[in-house]
Amino acid sequence: MQWNSWQEFLTMRGYGLYVWGSFGACAVAMILEPLWVRNRWNAIRTRQPRQERS
Amino acid sequence: MSNSIINWFKYASPASFYPLAGRMIPWFSWLAVVLIASGVWLGLFVAPTDAQQSEGYRIIFVHVPASWMSMFIYCVMAFWSALGLAFNTRLSGMMTAALAPTGAMFAFLSLWTGALWGKPMWGTWWVWDARLTSQLILFFLYLGFIALQSAIDDPRRADRAGALLALVGVVNIPVIYFSVQWWNTLHQGASVSLTKAPSMAHVMLEGMLVMALGFWSYAIAVALTRVRCIILEREITSEWIKRNAVE
Repeated sequence: MQWNSWQEFLTMRGYGLYVWGSFGACAVAMILEPLWVRNRWNAIRTRQPRQERS
Repeated sequence: MSNSIINWFKYASPASFYPLAGRMIPWFSWLAVVLIASGVWLGLFVAPTDAQQSEGYRIIFVHVPASWMSMFIYCVMAFWSALGLAFNTRLSGMMTAALAPTGAMFAFLSLWTGALWGKPMWGTWWVWDARLTSQLILFFLYLGFIALQSAIDDPRRADRAGALLALVGVVNIPVIYFSVQWWNTLHQGASVSLTKAPSMAHVMLEGMLVMALGFWSYAIAVALTRVRCIILEREITSEWIKRNAVE
């Protein structure tokens, strides 16, 4: 473990903005993209039974 | 010989690839979650402070994997494009189209994390040097591919046009990769290479590789889910979808 306190971990010894800005952007993008694809998937799946009946 | 070729081509048909992709998605999703969680743990808690860059260097654990993925996904798109143009298989274009948004996302993340790394270390968010500019071009190639495909109504024509763009644009990949050797750039040289010993602590390298594998699994899971969407959207009227109530 490299950290003496939570404070040190959160501020990244002065690099907090840059490190958390990077990790945060990746986390947001890599959570939103799968949700977005799931939405597309669900939209097709709810459309499909109607087409199957016709 | 003919047998082995037939087996490979079996999965070039959307009807047989669709269920295969469906079986692979949960595996790669879980693999991505486990690997990325371990990578974040290694990167933020286990890896030691860097002697020169203090904690700022920890951006490497997302920057390098995202950059690798952005280049790798483009190569895979070019591969599928070449296959699609050569054999005229429907699935190739679908795979290329399914990969593009994920590739664009990684190219953007590479630029974004690079800017956040550049500011504290170089004193600037952005410079027009060879590595950064060629990576920006890669991002625009992804956007161009997506725009071109969505501008053409007929999916098969859109696939062919996109395939051409993907193949022409792939010359940019070696330019990005070797830019730090060919030109004098602000960007540092490769930290990991196949021919030299890595220029960093073992645990840093391990964290980065675990993270890269996690991003890899993530990209596979998302792209396979997207390709299944595209298959259903395009082939909704075809017999095989009507026949088997597709799961």
